[in-house]
Amino acid sequence: MNPPELLEGLRRRFPDVQAARGEATVVVERSGLLEALAYLKDERDLSFDLLSDLTASDWPGRFPRYWLAYHLLSLEHRHRVRVKVGLAEDDATAPTVTGAYPTANWFEREVYDFYGVTFQGHPDLRRIIMPDDWEGYPLRKDYALGGVGTQYKGAFIPPVDERNA
Amino acid sequence: MPVERVAGVHTGRGSGADAEEEVRRGILVTTLEKAVNWARKQSMWPVTFGLACCAIEMMSAGAGNYDLARWGMEIFRASPRQSDLMIVAGRLSQKMAPVLRQVYDQMPEPKWVISMGVCASAGGMFTNYAVVQGVDTIVPVDVYVPGCPPRPEMLMYGILTLHEKVRTQGHLK
Repeated sequence: MNPPELLEGLRRRFPDVQAARGEATVVVERSGLLEALAYLKDERDLSFDLLSDLTASDWPGRFPRYWLAYHLLSLEHRHRVRVKVGLAEDDATAPTVTGAYPTANWFEREVYDFYGVTFQGHPDLRRIIMPDDWEGYPLRKDYALGGVGTQYKGAFIPPVDERNA
Repeated sequence: MPVERVAGVHTGRGSGADAEEEVRRGILVTTLEKAVNWARKQSMWPVTFGLACCAIEMMSAGAGNYDLARWGMEIFRASPRQSDLMIVAGRLSQKMAPVLRQVYDQMPEPKWVISMGVCASAGGMFTNYAVVQGVDTIVPVDVYVPGCPPRPEMLMYGILTLHEKVRTQGHLK
């Protein structure tokens, strides 16, 4: 299925489909996420059978603050689509998609690690990159860019320019 | 050398003019401390702890062009239990910090640490959440080598500085 046909097919099912730079993006509500992914996976002309990436972005001061981006790939048709879900700041949680896409397991742990977004129903939701006892979510925009202290087994050593003051 | 003349030293005979004669015979007198420190300095065993681009310079220092073998330390041990020197070469990520500490703890005493490069010494350009801001927050450091990365000559100067420290340290550790 070539890009114009893909967009046409997506628009038959989803009201909010955007096209930019040859890429298709579907924006859905959180409540309709699992249903949307199931449709994209099972519909024969779409058959997005691989979740190639899942990431997030942070927009402080806007609503919704967090956006999840699911990048789907169809190995059969070799086309891709991006599914975006907005999450409110005080309700940064989403249902896990590990049931349909096993690759989501580590991706969701990564998003949780760096953005603090939780995934309900995830089999093993804990940090994946940062140390287990790390405090804070480093890729949020309000996290310090520099001057981060060292957290080590319960101890805290301030950054270089704050030592020996 | 006749046996009875060597035995004469052990009986405590010989001082002043006799000592000069013993030097001529090839006998040196020193303190245990100095002898041990000299031996430690002459044969250091670094543990492999290359973390980033500094490790390339460290390997270069160990290879033929710069040849750490000149100071009896060309072999980097893969086991910390056979090592007494840790050259932290590169930026240390937060996740790697417990590993570095464990390797350090597994090294037998006495042991020394060289912090190679600005990242290992103070975080360097990586002033962010991912990198430990100086390995001296995790392990005690004896010599800091600046540079990004330091050339092999700089590392060698750091090693020689550490040798001087080991040679002149006042007590048996």
